[in-house]
Amino acid sequence: MPDLSGFRFTASHEWVDGGSRVGITDYAQQQLGDVIFLELPEVGRTLSAGERFGVIESVKAASDLYAPVGGRVAEVNDALVDAPEKVNSDPYGEGWLMRLEEVDEAGAELLDLEAYEKVASGH
Amino acid sequence: MAQRTPLYDRHVALGASMVEFAGYDMPIQYSNMRDEHTAVRQRAGIFDLSHMGEVRIGGADPVAAVQRLITNDLDRIGEGRAQYTAMCNDDGGIIDDLVVYRGVAECWIVVNASRRAVDVDWMRAHLRDGATLHDASDETALIAVQGPRAVSVVAPLVSGVDVAGLRPFAYGWGATVAGVEGVVVSRTGYTGEDGVELYVDAPRAGQVWDALLEAGRSVDMLPCGLGARDTLRLEAGLRLYGQDMDESVDPFSAGLGWVVKLDKDDFIGAGALRAIKENGAPRRFAGLRMSGRAIARHGMPVLHEDAQVGEVTSGTYSFTLGCGIATASLRSDVPGDVALQVDIRGTRADAEQVPLPFYKRPSNT
Repeated sequence: MPDLSGFRFTASHEWVDGGSRVGITDYAQQQLGDVIFLELPEVGRTLSAGERFGVIESVKAASDLYAPVGGRVAEVNDALVDAPEKVNSDPYGEGWLMRLEEVDEAGAELLDLEAYEKVASGH
Repeated sequence: MAQRTPLYDRHVALGASMVEFAGYDMPIQYSNMRDEHTAVRQRAGIFDLSHMGEVRIGGADPVAAVQRLITNDLDRIGEGRAQYTAMCNDDGGIIDDLVVYRGVAECWIVVNASRRAVDVDWMRAHLRDGATLHDASDETALIAVQGPRAVSVVAPLVSGVDVAGLRPFAYGWGATVAGVEGVVVSRTGYTGEDGVELYVDAPRAGQVWDALLEAGRSVDMLPCGLGARDTLRLEAGLRLYGQDMDESVDPFSAGLGWVVKLDKDDFIGAGALRAIKENGAPRRFAGLRMSGRAIARHGMPVLHEDAQVGEVTSGTYSFTLGCGIATASLRSDVPGDVALQVDIRGTRADAEQVPLPFYKRPSNT
């Protein structure tokens, strides 16, 4: 288990870390299976918490991605264009999706790890 | 509650993700689809397909009874051979696609799990006098071993049938496999690779599965779920009932004109199919190679110069080719050499028409 201190989670299975990087959880990547395509936002776009910011597609299904917090897109993980499987192999590390700046938590519904694990396990 | 195959407990013990498919709890994947897919293309994979239905037609002249139900011609194969076919209604719509095994005293028909009840009702209602029908699905397990090393995994466990000597679509019955008697061993599959399918009495299926899994260790064979089965069959250009066709689709429109033999004795749907062939089918079936990685999925519109000209029937990501692939039902007046697009969630993705199959196995395996 990677060190997830500083990470917060959403009920829709995204995470945001202390450096305002955003990704999807290990549970989410397991449910999706082999990720083969990501549609990520343009750098500079401003998102509000809960806004749809992209699509993640696996062989099984395409799913919308939702911003765990608001902010401006400072960077997207370009390495995923050629290697989207990093989301499966390292969802909390190399499989990060984007980094935000000017973060705005208004309207954000964030969970700590313990609360998120309850959501993911269905209890 | 969904039904379970005789191998359910083994799938759970192997850590498979289970999903409901056609009323059964089936493994969709054990490890991940890419590894399972690649194992079948390069080495071997083992599948539990016990959800599939097996219908036995016996009694007086079972071949004639089956001939009346199917569009293909059993007279073109001998005993001990299997044949892919469609079964159509009076309008020429496909009720199901089937594999018929021509035996000595009976024929076996392998049907899709999702169509089993419909098929059995239809077959009973249209059975020739003197023929008998037995739905053996619940008492029969089906295990497939597929891949270039499949025969080398299976053959040493089998006595009574020369597995390595079986030609494609040939089969043998009365085999003993890992101590289990009465197994039907068939050189068939749904992956585009060489392979073997084994029909086993359901209560003994676990014993055969365990022995095959153990024998497969030497070639790093993987258990494979329905996810890899779908990516493999689509690369091989094989149809999936319910996605690529249904009762509103005739075999010509589904690209299955080659299984319609209008020169054989009368069969159900022959009149309608003759008319469709003479007048031209309303649709044609096309392979699409996508320019990007986004997946064209069932039902998405296919466009030519901004006008919708068809729909995607099946789509996936091809692990072998490294791009999206799809099949589509197109208006038959769409030329085969024009560039198309697929509307994927509002974004247009370029699609090139390509011949099926997308993948053909090297001829030396």
